[in-house]
Amino acid sequence: MTVTVTTTINGDAEEFVCEADETLLDVLRDHLGLTGSKEGCATGDCGACSVMLDGRLVCSCLVLAAEAEGRQVETIEGMARGRELHPLQQKFLDAAALQCGICTPGFLVAAKALLERNPDPSETEVRYWLAGNLCRCTGYDKIVRAVLETAADMKSADMKSAGMKSAGMRSA
Amino acid sequence: MDQSQTTLPRRFKVVGQRKRRPDGIDKVTGRARFGADMTMPGMLWGLVLRSPHAHARIRSIDSSKAEALPGVKAVVTGADFNGERNDVSINCMAGDKALYDGHAVAAVAATSRQAARQALKLIEVDYEVLPHVTDVDAAMKPGAPVIREDLITAGVEPVPTKPSNVAARHEIGKGDVEKGFAEADLIVEQSFRTEATHQGYIEPHACVASVSPDGSAELWVCTQGHFMVRNVCAALLGLDSAQLRVTASEIGGGFGGKTTVFVEPVALALSRKANRPVKIQMTRSEVFRATGPTASSSIDCKIGLTKDGRITAAQAELRYQGGAFKGAGADFGAMAIFTPYDIENVKAVAWDVVTNRPKLAAYRAPGAPMAAFAAESTLDEAARRLGMDPLELRLKNAAREGTKAAYGPTFPRIGLASCLEAIGNSAHYRTPLGPNQGRGLACGFWFNFGGETCTTINVNKDGTVGLSVGTPDIGGSRASMCAMAAEELGIPYEKVRTVIADTASLGYNDVTDGSRVTFSSGLCTIQAARQAIQRLCQRAALMWGIDAEAVVWEDGHAKPAGPNAGKFEPLSLAEIAAASANTGGPIAGHHEVNAEGAGVSFGVHLCDLEVDRETGSVRVVRYTAAQDAGKAVNPDYVEGQMQGGSAQGIGWALNEGYVYGDDGRLQNAGFLDYRIPVASDLPMIDALIVEEPNPGHPYGVRGVGETSIVPPLAAVGNALRDALGVRLTETPMAPPRVLAALAAAAE
Ligand code: FES
Ligand code: FES
Repeated sequence: MTVTVTTTINGDAEEFVCEADETLLDVLRDHLGLTGSKEGCATGDCGACSVMLDGRLVCSCLVLAAEAEGRQVETIEGMARGRELHPLQQKFLDAAALQCGICTPGFLVAAKALLERNPDPSETEVRYWLAGNLCRCTGYDKIVRAVLETAADMKSADMKSAGMKSAGMRSA
Repeated sequence: MDQSQTTLPRRFKVVGQRKRRPDGIDKVTGRARFGADMTMPGMLWGLVLRSPHAHARIRSIDSSKAEALPGVKAVVTGADFNGERNDVSINCMAGDKALYDGHAVAAVAATSRQAARQALKLIEVDYEVLPHVTDVDAAMKPGAPVIREDLITAGVEPVPTKPSNVAARHEIGKGDVEKGFAEADLIVEQSFRTEATHQGYIEPHACVASVSPDGSAELWVCTQGHFMVRNVCAALLGLDSAQLRVTASEIGGGFGGKTTVFVEPVALALSRKANRPVKIQMTRSEVFRATGPTASSSIDCKIGLTKDGRITAAQAELRYQGGAFKGAGADFGAMAIFTPYDIENVKAVAWDVVTNRPKLAAYRAPGAPMAAFAAESTLDEAARRLGMDPLELRLKNAAREGTKAAYGPTFPRIGLASCLEAIGNSAHYRTPLGPNQGRGLACGFWFNFGGETCTTINVNKDGTVGLSVGTPDIGGSRASMCAMAAEELGIPYEKVRTVIADTASLGYNDVTDGSRVTFSSGLCTIQAARQAIQRLCQRAALMWGIDAEAVVWEDGHAKPAGPNAGKFEPLSLAEIAAASANTGGPIAGHHEVNAEGAGVSFGVHLCDLEVDRETGSVRVVRYTAAQDAGKAVNPDYVEGQMQGGSAQGIGWALNEGYVYGDDGRLQNAGFLDYRIPVASDLPMIDALIVEEPNPGHPYGVRGVGETSIVPPLAAVGNALRDALGVRLTETPMAPPRVLAALAAAAE
C-alpha cells in the first residue's frame, strides 16, 4: 500500500509517495536524495539518522515516513544557513571533532537540539544527551569538547550582542 | 635525484600544525558521499540470504519461486562465482556447506527493497544440520566436530594424517627459557581468555556495482582498499582487472574490518546476471553475523624475574580462533606478546584454530590486544609480588634502540621508554585515587607496515597542486597528505588538493592498513614532490637560460645558485607553472615504492576506574594514553587515533563480546546487545604524543593508527585488580564477572 505525504523539510514544502511501512530515513535517503542522515543500525541504537520532527529530536529510522504528514522535518542538510555554517558545524571542523564523519550529521543534529534546550550544559549533561549517538572513531573526547566550546562561544556572543543591543542578528 | 631518506632535524612550516581537514566541510553538512549514498540509473536492490545454522551441508537451493516474483531480476548462489573458489570466495558465498550462522548462501536483486525482501523468503534451501563448535578450546579437543574436512595442521612434525580444527602451529623465540626460569627468583604464571569483538564501524558495508554486457564494470564501495577490491573481485568472478574500475567512497570507519570483500563480488555477480546496476547495503545484524570480528583467544603466560625486577624469561602459549577459515592471527600475537621488553629468553607458541564463526577480519593491531592483556596482566602481578612500582618495572626492562626482538629485528630508535616517562611525568600519574578506585598501567606494541604505494602530483597552471593517492582516507589522511606536499613544495596548505584516485587513474596501492598511510603514502608524496621540484628547477633553468644544476628550490621558489646566484629574481611555483607551455608542457611528479622502514610503534596507557561493589559496574574515571608518533603530521588526528583506539580497547575490556548460544547462533547481533562505549561511559582521554623520529621516513613519521588498542585491555584489568583486590582474567570484564570475582574473594 502506498501513501502520499505532504510535509515540510528544512523549510521547503515536499510531497512524496511512499510505502506505508517505509521509514522516514528510507524516504529521506532513497526518495528525496537527502543522504546526509545515515543508517548505522535501523533499530534506534546509533543516532546516525537523527533529525528533528516538529522540534523534537528523533531517530528517523524509527519514524514512519507517513508520520511526517503535516509536520516540520529538519535534517543535517538544513543546518547551515546557505554558505554560513552553524557554530556547531564550524566548531566540529575547527576542533577535529570527526574522523570518518559517518556519525557527524547525527551528532550535530543532536547537539543542536541540546543547545537549544540547554545553552549552558555541563560535560556530564553533554555526555548523557549524546549517549544515543554512537561514534566508533573518536572516543568522544573532541566531540564533547566541541559541544562545550560552542556553547561557551554562543553564550559570549549572546552577551556581546545583548551588550550592543542588537538582538535578532543570529537565530539560535 | 637523491632518493635517500634524510631525517635531518628541520623546522617544519606546515607539518605539525593542526590544519583543518579538506574533506571536513562536506562531512559536517551531510554532503559527503559514503558507501550507501550512491545511486545509479536503473539501479536494483540486492539482498543476501544467510544461513540460520552454525554448520550445515547445503543439499540444494531452489530459487525458482523467487525468480518468478515480479520485480526480481536475478538470483545468484555459489555457482555464479566462476573464478577462483578460495576462502574469500567461499566466505562471500557458501559452497556445499554453511560454515557459520550468517554465512551467505544466495542473493537476489529486485526493482525495490520490498520485492527483494519478499524474494529472499521464497528461496528454498535444503540444509542438513551438522554438529558445530564455536569455542577455541573446545574446537581443539579430540572428538570436536571437524568443520573443514581438508584441514591438516601446518607447522607440526610429524605431519598429521587426519584433519582437525587446528590450522597451524607457529613458534617464536630466542635464548633458552628453561635456563631463564632457573635464574628467576619469582615466576608468575596465569591464563587468560578474551572474547571476540567487532570493529563496530558505524557505516555498514555498502556498494553499487554495474557490469556492462561487454564485461567492463564499475564499482562504488566503502573500503579500506579499492585496489584490493578490484583485484580480488576480478579473480573471484573471472573478470579482467583493467575492466573493473573501483572508486572508493568516503568510508564510515573500518579499523581493519574493510580490508577484505563481502558483498562486493555478490553485487557484481548480481549486476552481471541482471544486466543492471545493483546496490547492496548490509544491515547492522548482517555486519555482526557475517563480517570480521576479531579472534577470540585463550592464552597461558609465564614470566620469570629476579628479585630486583629484571625479567629472565617469558613464555606463552596462544590459542586463537578466527572463524571457519584459517588465519586467526595467533602468530601475530606470539610475535607481539613480549616485544615491549628486552628479554634474553623468550618462547611463544601460537595455535591457529577454526570454529563455526564468521571469518575473522583485521581489527586494529590484529592479534596483539589479547596477547598484551595476558603479558601485561602477568607483569602487573609480578610487580605486586615484588613490591615494585609497575612503571619502574617496565622502564627497567623496556626495549630500547639496539634491543633484538624475539621475532627477529634489532630495533633502531624507538619510543617506549619515552612513553613510559611521559606517563610518569603526567599529572594523572600523581592524582590520588578516590574510594573504590584503582589504577592500572600497560604497554603495547605494534609492528606497523609500509607496503606497495604510489602517488602522483600535478602542478596546475595557476600554481595550485593536485595530489592523487591510492589509499582511502579513514581518519583525516588527506589533511596529512596536503600538509606533506605543501611542506615539501614550499606552498600554502590550502593550495594542495588531495583526492583518492580510482583504480583506473593510479597504479596499485595496498589497502589502508597496518597504520601505513601517513607513513607510506606520505613518503611517496614527499618523493613525488621532490621529483616535481626537480622538474620545476629544470623549467626555471630553461626560462633563465642556465644549467639546471645551478638552480635550487627554496621556500616554494626556484633560485639561481652557484655562479648565477643573485643574477635572476627567484621564480615561484606559480610563475613556472604559468609558463610551462613554453618550457615543455605540464609539470608533474610521481613516485612508486614498496615501502620499508615503517618504524615500530609503542604506547603506554594509564587507566583509573571506579567500581560499584554492589552492582559490579565499572566506570573509567581518568585515562591517559602516551604514544610515539615519530613526527605528528597533524596532532589533532594523531590524538584522535589514540583516543579512538583507547575507547575501543576500553569497550573490549569491559563490555563487548560475541555471545553464542548452544545452537551456535550469535545472540547479540545489534548495537543494543553488543554495546560499544557511548559518550556517558567515558571520561576525556588525555593523549600524550611522544616524538622519536622514525629513521625510515623523510620527516620521521611513524604510523599511529593501531597501537592505541593494544594496552587498554590490560590497563583496565590491572586497574580493576587494584580496585577489587582480585584479578579478572577473562574479557569482557562485565558486571556479572566483577560480582563473581568479588564473591569468590570473599569466600
Ligand atoms: S540508524 Fe537510526 S538509530 Fe541507527
Ligand atoms: S567519526 Fe567515525 S564514527 Fe564518529
